Amino acid sequence: MQADLNVILPEIVLSVYAIVALLGAAYTGKDRMAGMLIWLTAALMTVLAIWIGTTGDSTRTAFDGMFNDDGFARFAKVTILLSAAAVLVLGQEYMARRDLLRFEYPLLIALAAVGMMMMVSAGDLMALYMGLELQSLALYVVASLRRDSAKSTEAGLKYFVLGALSSGLLLYGASLTYGYAGTTLFSGIIEAADGRAPIGLLIGLVFVLAGLAFKVSAVPFHMWTPDVYEGAPTPITAFFATAPKVAAMGLFARVVHDAFGGVVADWQQVIAVLSLLSMFLGAIAAIGQTDIKRLMAYSSIAHMGYALMGLASGTVFGVQAMLIYMAIYVTMNIGTFAFILSMERDNRPVTDIASLNMYSRAHPGRALAMLILMFSLAGVPPLLGFFGKLYVLRAAYEGGLAWLAVAGVIASVIGAFYYLRIVFYMYFGEEREPLETGRSPVQWGFLMASAAIMLLGIINMFGVETMAQAAAATLVN
Amino acid sequence: MTVAVFSFYLFAISLLTGGLFTVIARNPVHSVLWLILSFISAAGLFVLLGAEFVAMLLIIVYVGAVAVLFLFVVMMLDVNFAELKAEMAKYMPLALLIGIILLMQFGLAFGNWHMADGAENARAAVTPTEMDNTKALGMLLYDKYFLIFQMSGLILLVAMIGAIVLTLRHRTDVKRQDVLAQMYRDPAKAMDLKDVRPGQGL
Repeated sequence: MQADLNVILPEIVLSVYAIVALLGAAYTGKDRMAGMLIWLTAALMTVLAIWIGTTGDSTRTAFDGMFNDDGFARFAKVTILLSAAAVLVLGQEYMARRDLLRFEYPLLIALAAVGMMMMVSAGDLMALYMGLELQSLALYVVASLRRDSAKSTEAGLKYFVLGALSSGLLLYGASLTYGYAGTTLFSGIIEAADGRAPIGLLIGLVFVLAGLAFKVSAVPFHMWTPDVYEGAPTPITAFFATAPKVAAMGLFARVVHDAFGGVVADWQQVIAVLSLLSMFLGAIAAIGQTDIKRLMAYSSIAHMGYALMGLASGTVFGVQAMLIYMAIYVTMNIGTFAFILSMERDNRPVTDIASLNMYSRAHPGRALAMLILMFSLAGVPPLLGFFGKLYVLRAAYEGGLAWLAVAGVIASVIGAFYYLRIVFYMYFGEEREPLETGRSPVQWGFLMASAAIMLLGIINMFGVETMAQAAAATLVN
Repeated sequence: MTVAVFSFYLFAISLLTGGLFTVIARNPVHSVLWLILSFISAAGLFVLLGAEFVAMLLIIVYVGAVAVLFLFVVMMLDVNFAELKAEMAKYMPLALLIGIILLMQFGLAFGNWHMADGAENARAAVTPTEMDNTKALGMLLYDKYFLIFQMSGLILLVAMIGAIVLTLRHRTDVKRQDVLAQMYRDPAKAMDLKDVRPGQGL
């Protein structure tokens, strides 16, 4: 037991912190403590990320294989914790000025992070489900945090009902898998499901994949995304677009490789179709959007399509490409949301794309940073976003899915239109009422840092490439 | 027919009947009552399997708490179920189509269902032997599946925080009870004795 607890020590630290801080804040300052708790939570997450990142490259399992601590889990955990910390700090000022700063918010995010860490480490269908529910339940609550707004409540409720449905699908799939393999341990399932999957297991597999696809908002399980992104308060939208996506993709990779690694051909086609549909729907449906939060929702659907393309290849290189893609995607999104959070006029948040008209004249520096981020999101060379796409396309091509790679290129050309339209508005739009963005130095810092990474990262990707390679190697065997 | 087989069919039939009528009963209160019947029948089936602890749990938790809670909710919420049903009827053809397709798929899956070699053994290997099933359940929950048990605790904590965050409002326009203020009241401060002369008033 001692050895087992040592393996999950980071998770224990974060949960204990959340419980203690919850009690402390409830008995003392209540919402006055919220600002401090946000910084404290972010600091703790950063420390944990550094701790997890420097534990070396050992592979340990705990609780009879229910929990894995390997390179893949550590890579995903570092990405999750750092992005969650960044988003917490980013949104602090926005929440404070709009009277949304409640002390439960950082603690719910911390508990969601615990769930996400469990997800990427799961070695058992039950542990997977527990992590997933812990994360989702916290997210449902924060989505409707602005409880006097109909849109925010609708976002939370819609997310909750559809999330419950997807959990049901996942559980049904898990029960069929258990019925076939006689165990819920991934190590047992991969032994039982070797070669060709019988039809019962196949249906179980499809149900599990459907449940997971909902969590990464892949088409056709994406319906909740635009409404939830639009309705939730912007800092929370920023959170939705980053850490949970990494966790869900990590879980996806873990399930298909650790549990169903013996039946690659059976899930490969499913993921390829999910990827194809997501890329095209994300690219085409975003064209008509006028709200930048909805636009980012469709953008995230499209990006998930690309990440799934890496996974669909079913190779070590595919997982590596997916990890690199997710790391780049999260960095780009943090920068973009730093800008969206700062958009306001007369102290009211603005999310209309048309309000960006001629933005570059007033703030050339920020406009340039946004231009770099938009080009990177669209995948224009030589920015970092292009290299992310290059990796997944190569993975798909080498994995024998050349048609998917070609479709990906076409979808990315279509998708470039709406990113470039934002740039067009900023530089060549017509003169309108000016937009204010200059409030918070923190948001400015994240915007500039993220844009700088997109430019400077092309030299050696800050070593992410080799780290992702090592991480992928521990997952696929 | 032995007693065990007879009671199996009895409980199984009443379970299915209860489930069916839960769905099709017009009056929601009747639905809940049918639901209780199916819970009790399920508890009977568990007893037949030798899992008496789970059976009692089902009766105490589901019949005793959950179903009664349902009953209260159904009676207290003024939901117009007829209207909801009319809304449902619009989607009925699509729902039926999807239902039939699913049913056919399940027929396909269970028609030639077979397990992996050794699945039977793997399933049995988890259960501790040579102890009664309540103790075995405890050994599994608190020992083998310790991690998952703790995780469910965290999930319940999140659910509790969520319920409070989303519903609790600190209203300033209502008068609250302050126990300390009540206890520290004494007659000297709270009362003032006046000696009123007849016919004069204060």
